[in-house]
Amino acid sequence: MSVLDLSRWQFGITTVYHFIFVPLTIGLSLVVACMQTAWMIKKDPVYLRMTKFFGKIFLINFAVGVVTGIVQEFQFGMNWSAYSEFVGNVFGAPLAMEALLAFFMESTFIGLWIFGWNRLSPRVHLATIWLAAIGTSMSAYFILAANSWMQHPVGYKVLPGTHKVVLTSIWALLTNSTALGAWPHVFFASLVVTGVVLVAVSAWHVARHNQLEVFRRAMRVGLALTLAAGIVTAVTGDIQARLMDSQQPMKMAAAEALYNTSDAASFSLFTIGSLNGSKELWSIRVPDLLSLIATLNPHGTVQGIDNVERAYAKKYGPGQYKPIIPVTYWSFRLMVGFGMLAALLAAIGLWLTRRRRIPRSRWFYRVALWGLVLPYLATTTGWIFTEMGRQPWTVFGLLTTAQSVSPGVTASSVIISLTVYTLLYAGLAAIAGWLTVRYVKEGAPEEAERPATEEPLPVFQY
Amino acid sequence: MNLATFWFILIAVLWSGYFVLEGFDFGVGILLPFLGRDDTERRVLVNTIGPVWDGNEVWLLTAGGATFAAFPLWYASMFSGFYLALLLILVALIVRGVCFEFRSKVDNPRWRASWDRAIFAGSALPALLWGVAFANIVRGVPLNAQHVYTGNLLTLLNWYGLLGGLVTLGLFTLHGAIFLGLRTTGELRQRARHAAVAVALAAVPLAAIFLAVTQFSHGKPATDVTAAVAAVALIGGAAAAIRGREGWAFAGTALTLVLAVATLFGDLWPNVFPSSTSAAFSLTVNNASSAHYTLVVMSWVAIIFTPVVLAYQGWTYWVFRKRLTSSDIVPTGHTPPPVTGPEATEPVGGRS
Repeated sequence: MSVLDLSRWQFGITTVYHFIFVPLTIGLSLVVACMQTAWMIKKDPVYLRMTKFFGKIFLINFAVGVVTGIVQEFQFGMNWSAYSEFVGNVFGAPLAMEALLAFFMESTFIGLWIFGWNRLSPRVHLATIWLAAIGTSMSAYFILAANSWMQHPVGYKVLPGTHKVVLTSIWALLTNSTALGAWPHVFFASLVVTGVVLVAVSAWHVARHNQLEVFRRAMRVGLALTLAAGIVTAVTGDIQARLMDSQQPMKMAAAEALYNTSDAASFSLFTIGSLNGSKELWSIRVPDLLSLIATLNPHGTVQGIDNVERAYAKKYGPGQYKPIIPVTYWSFRLMVGFGMLAALLAAIGLWLTRRRRIPRSRWFYRVALWGLVLPYLATTTGWIFTEMGRQPWTVFGLLTTAQSVSPGVTASSVIISLTVYTLLYAGLAAIAGWLTVRYVKEGAPEEAERPATEEPLPVFQY
Repeated sequence: MNLATFWFILIAVLWSGYFVLEGFDFGVGILLPFLGRDDTERRVLVNTIGPVWDGNEVWLLTAGGATFAAFPLWYASMFSGFYLALLLILVALIVRGVCFEFRSKVDNPRWRASWDRAIFAGSALPALLWGVAFANIVRGVPLNAQHVYTGNLLTLLNWYGLLGGLVTLGLFTLHGAIFLGLRTTGELRQRARHAAVAVALAAVPLAAIFLAVTQFSHGKPATDVTAAVAAVALIGGAAAAIRGREGWAFAGTALTLVLAVATLFGDLWPNVFPSSTSAAFSLTVNNASSAHYTLVVMSWVAIIFTPVVLAYQGWTYWVFRKRLTSSDIVPTGHTPPPVTGPEATEPVGGRS
């Protein structure tokens, strides 16, 4: 394999892995902040137990998210130095802003929250988790603004005579329509992940009638969150589809493997056959749906892959401008399918647990537990779609992936780093997963009466 | 002063902050197996940096992000050039970061001993490699006309680079020992003080030799002054440590680290990443920097938000200023004092 292919695999593996932990960090920080707020307002110890129980799950997850995030910032320079040189003027700005405005806030206030239970007044302590949660969501915005610039570059100009782009408007970059579309989609998808985690963890205990006062309530919260956030994620994804159709028509066409420009294009739920357009053995199709998604008009025109490719060749010179169609076709369907299935199951779950009902069927708990994988598969396939669908470009219309790779890094170096990251990350996943399962099984800590000590013992997390 | 120079100084400030703050974190990690005789003591040590280490590490990410935004060519050339060295640092930082979180989660001596070893290695390796990296940057590395690094990992492991590595390793360990003297009491504090003296015996001469060699081959009159003051601060800090004046000792090592970074960056200027192949291939403040508009935007962001960050990070240190003792550690398996109302005084998840 070439340095390019190895570097692409490494970026894919490290990024997909990093994003396993990110959505739960975004969502659970907010949910834990809400739990702690509910405890402060209602003085109900059940909310305190929830705060602590889910807070600890949050911290195990957060630790892995943080450390794998460091690699993300470094590997642009390490593996994609030609890219970094070309875009640094533009792309470096949101990354530096993320570190200064969001990452400092998130890390510092998490530390204060973990260790501040004894040292801070309850209100200030509550503020620390909210600030950490806000920092996390802001961090996501800056990163998505940077990524959106790669999908749809704005606020820049190419410096004549050099191989460089320069920023002309930071405001345009931060209010890029692509970023404004992407952030809510990622944010609510993160809440779906969080809702499903609440459901899976709680269902394990509800099935055993453990600590029902905590877990029945947490399960209902999780189900409601999954359904509500799932609906918003679908709506925001739908808005993104129209942006994509106008900004990256190739990606839209590749999502459906639509080779020829069509009016009233249908959307296939499933296809057997080759996706290179030559033959299709069997498929289930919904008439007009693709046109509706892409243009809001059932008879709207959707451009086909071949037509877009010809237009690109005219604009950017001869070359190959289509992504790997089976990857985009299936990742798009799986993203939508897994996400919708999670929301649908949550709706059924809400019905089955209505008016304090506790379902008897073992199937309910099996589905609740294994449903955990659904939103993770949806977010993973979603990122694979959006990044693979942009290929062969790293920055759409400006720089190809092949032009982005570091010229001085050897294949053997990348083989070493790829191996090290893969093994290390697998080890981390195994340990973090094992710790989380172990911790979940222990259940929520009991809250007894408080002894009348003058000065409470300062206690630690580590 | 043009904006590129302003950003060069700002990046030096970020590295100084990183070395001063994560420097003692590294030192605590390195000293963990030597100073903590039982698990409770080791937990006291880990907890002295518990609330702050993550915020300290963000100084590195900000330095990286600032270099990317302000000097894209420097970022691209250095990060791809130091590929395997940075991989080692990243692996160490990853392992070390999860150690703190994972260590306490299982009450088993073998589990904890494994993580303690990992904390030691994950702290010692970056402490050494940052020095290797910076010494090589000042010395110059083989860069071709396209500013692409043409050496390999072994190119960096020359005697001057290794000396620089030993200096950061020594200084961070000393800085960490003095920090522990400030944050603990009783026997641990005594042991930390003795460790500081022992480390100082090695670190002070090494640092003095390194600064002298650096100034001899790359020095300028202005950096001769900073190097001399750095040496004085270090000797003063070590002397204060011997006499048990921990506050002064910490100020001394902190000032040493700031001035050492100032010396190295001062020696670099106007280069940012000099080429040992040909001076014409060197990256400089001017040929590596971003365009004016990016620097203006980033300057405003830095001017507005850096004081805010400093304020809340400073406040964190104020909140956690109290010395820690073994009696502050909740015994394993014991649930800490429970509460029923919002006047709660309990950590998340209590146990361990």
